[in-house]
Amino acid sequence: MISFENVGLRYGIGREVLSDLSFQIAPNSFQFLTGPSGAGKTSLLRLMLLSLQPTRGLVKVFGKEATTIKPQQMPIIRRKIGVVFQDFRLLDHLTTYENVALPLQVRGQMEQNYRQDVRDLLDWVGLGDRMHVHPPVLSGGEKQRAAIARALIDQPDVLLADEPTGNVDPPLARRILRLFIELHRSGTSVIIATHDLSLMDQYDARRLVINSGRLQIYD
Amino acid sequence: MTKQVKPAPKPKKPTTVKKPVTPAASKKTAKPQGQSKSLRSGKSIVPRESVAGTALIFVIGIMTFLACITLGGVSMIKTSAGKWQSDISREVTIQIRPFDEVEMEKAIKDASAIALQFEGVVKTTALNDKETARLLEPWLGAGLKLDELPVPRLLTVTIAEGAKPDFAAMGQQLEAQVPGSTLDDHRAWVERLTTMALTMVAIGTSIFLLMMAATITTVIFATRGAMAGNKDVVDVLHFVGADSKFISGQFQKHFLNLGLKGAASGTFGAIILFIILGLWTSNSVATPQGDQVGALFGTFSLGWSGYFGMLIVLCLVAVLTAVTSSITVQRQVNALQNYKR
Repeated sequence: MISFENVGLRYGIGREVLSDLSFQIAPNSFQFLTGPSGAGKTSLLRLMLLSLQPTRGLVKVFGKEATTIKPQQMPIIRRKIGVVFQDFRLLDHLTTYENVALPLQVRGQMEQNYRQDVRDLLDWVGLGDRMHVHPPVLSGGEKQRAAIARALIDQPDVLLADEPTGNVDPPLARRILRLFIELHRSGTSVIIATHDLSLMDQYDARRLVINSGRLQIYD
Repeated sequence: MTKQVKPAPKPKKPTTVKKPVTPAASKKTAKPQGQSKSLRSGKSIVPRESVAGTALIFVIGIMTFLACITLGGVSMIKTSAGKWQSDISREVTIQIRPFDEVEMEKAIKDASAIALQFEGVVKTTALNDKETARLLEPWLGAGLKLDELPVPRLLTVTIAEGAKPDFAAMGQQLEAQVPGSTLDDHRAWVERLTTMALTMVAIGTSIFLLMMAATITTVIFATRGAMAGNKDVVDVLHFVGADSKFISGQFQKHFLNLGLKGAASGTFGAIILFIILGLWTSNSVATPQGDQVGALFGTFSLGWSGYFGMLIVLCLVAVLTAVTSSITVQRQVNALQNYKR
């Protein structure tokens, strides 16, 4: 699904922040991406999301070499990858419901076809009574859950989540993890970037550990 | 790997993740469904109520107002210059100098008959003694007796609007058949006025073109400035899978709306100003100021072509705003979509 071969990344003329990364994200797999703060977890997620180009190496997404993907094909790739940003990136002028429905709206779906699905998902992530409010009045944890719901709403093939439980309490973190596990069991490959050891201890999954720009994989 | 989270019992594809498979979810969906009205903010994907958007409307309004005022001014000068030219060219004068052997009344009748033969001549009017004496009063004083002086008699010939009689032939016939008569077609005046009118229209048109260039530049930069505040929206739309057509369409619609609001306020402001000035000039016809302004600018009435031109400026500015936003967002999306080393 996603494969990296000898990928390296440097910003400007500095040293490489990621070196010789070689790994594969298999279909219907579940993995944690971990490492100390500043190790390059977010950079690696951005490389997988194709929003950052490596300085060397080969990146393949859904069987296509990334440099051969044409601009007009990029939205199709994006639709297969759900992403939960660390800073949520919710649109403040839209309601929680509209934010979560956004991926379906941009695909041209009619609201009557997805209204109930969005409501159900918001209920599931515990935002059933907050779907009409705007993000500025949501707490950090609520924004987190709204961002997760937006990433899940269209059942992506791959889910990239950057610190998805960073702003929630342990019970809610467990619930969110359970949601990701369920998504994985329904066929989605899940990559969760986190440095929360207790979260990783709750589910036996593959771990990609980045340290000093190098990647170690614990299957 | 200590504590394990128990996965949900029945994993299902697509809608199952969204479905309330947990007790918590099913409990919540039992809630009344009366929220549908408040679920939507009624707002478009592109935020409308931003400070940059308001400032853009303001800038577009001012620039469109100035462009319309310039256009209206040029249109008015063109109309007035044409009117001066037309007024003068619609009248020529036949002058008959007195000679001993010339019987003046007969000469006037003959000259009038010759002039009326030509196509486009509407009428001839001979100035009688009283009118001629009044014309000469500033130079020769009151109580002038024309019999005592060899004062030439004047015959004004009125030409139909747009008609161009053969003045050369008229002059030759008059000189041949009416002794002492000459035709003054005011050609020198008309030529001067034509040159002046064309110069004024050319200057006005240049000013209007400069004004439009300034308006276009300002609108482009103001639109790009307002777009900068929407970068996050473009990023989010891109990452949730919107294609460039969808994203640029959203922004184009939004900025066309802003452009229309700004341009309409500027255009209608200018139209109202011209209407007010027109009413003022028509109400002060008999006053010295009114006469002076009227002599220079006419009645401040633009005519349909002037107002139509203003509406074209309105549409041009609104479309320009929409196209600029579309190009700007297209560039931004292209930068996000291009995956190149």
